[in-house]
Amino acid sequence: MNLVDKIDRKIINELQGGFPVCESPFAEVAEQLGITEDDLIARVKKLLDEGVLSRFGPMYHAERLGGGLTLVAMKIPEHEFDRVAEQVNAFPQVAHNYQRDHELNMWFVLATEKASEIDETLELIETRTGYKVYNMPKQQEFYVGLRFNA
Amino acid sequence: MWGSDLMLDSVKNVSMADYELDEIDRKIVLATQAGLPLDAKPYHKVASEIGISTDEVMQRMQAMLSHGVIRRIGVVPNHYALGYKGNGMSVWDVPDDKIAELGEKIGALDNVSHCYHRPRHLPEWNYNLFAMVHGHDRDEVEQQVQQIAELLGDNDRGHTVLYSTRILKKTGLRLQDKQGK
Repeated sequence: MNLVDKIDRKIINELQGGFPVCESPFAEVAEQLGITEDDLIARVKKLLDEGVLSRFGPMYHAERLGGGLTLVAMKIPEHEFDRVAEQVNAFPQVAHNYQRDHELNMWFVLATEKASEIDETLELIETRTGYKVYNMPKQQEFYVGLRFNA
Repeated sequence: MWGSDLMLDSVKNVSMADYELDEIDRKIVLATQAGLPLDAKPYHKVASEIGISTDEVMQRMQAMLSHGVIRRIGVVPNHYALGYKGNGMSVWDVPDDKIAELGEKIGALDNVSHCYHRPRHLPEWNYNLFAMVHGHDRDEVEQQVQQIAELLGDNDRGHTVLYSTRILKKTGLRLQDKQGK
């Protein structure tokens, strides 16, 4: 869909982690990549504008910021789906929401400022939509390390 | 706009020591959670925005990195744009007493991005292990699911793959500004 050249690919592959914390980080990375600082900044900007990159910056760990995070599923009849999706999405705590091809057909990530707000938000969602929520918080996280190769 | 993409967050092995965020850390989080400025001196920009020195911003961000409050700093590719069009949530029913060992194995496979132990909800939901599998198309995803099934052997007491058919919302996670900025 986009013209992503060799240097762009290198940027995407090299920069999925480890962006330095220093006075002139772009200059440091650019040197490693063999391009100029200005070129690197312009390319990252272009890749963001074109949607090849969805973001650039620090990735914060929600739970370690004191927040709550969970995965929630719901089973919604087809004719009610759009209404319920609208009601669920209206909650600012709902970050991602996907329709999936299963009896449990709505799957969303709930992120709250405080861990204690998860339960009350789930109760509110049930009351407002009239459907049960299946709360599936992670009990253990295993090695998570995929890097996408551009 | 730049929704932090949970699907792609990688995890570092860091000490689980608690790191208490103070008001200044909080300001840094608020100023950077949507992204770093695309500027030759990004930390300097953040510093002047919140009124502290560049050194302090860098020191605090470094501390948050080493405590795992920041998982990493870098780019998050849009995997669809890179040609990863097959993304399946594979879910597995495995014996609870073996889940730690099995989860480690599956998480280490290529093209598995996230692997979590989550609770069952009987009778509707009998799966306790989730693995996000990515491929250029569904065939590639199915092959990888097959590979997981072989790896699990008799411990695979049932599995399925849920594909997303529609993105209903994708805003990313945001810490709210208490001052209501």
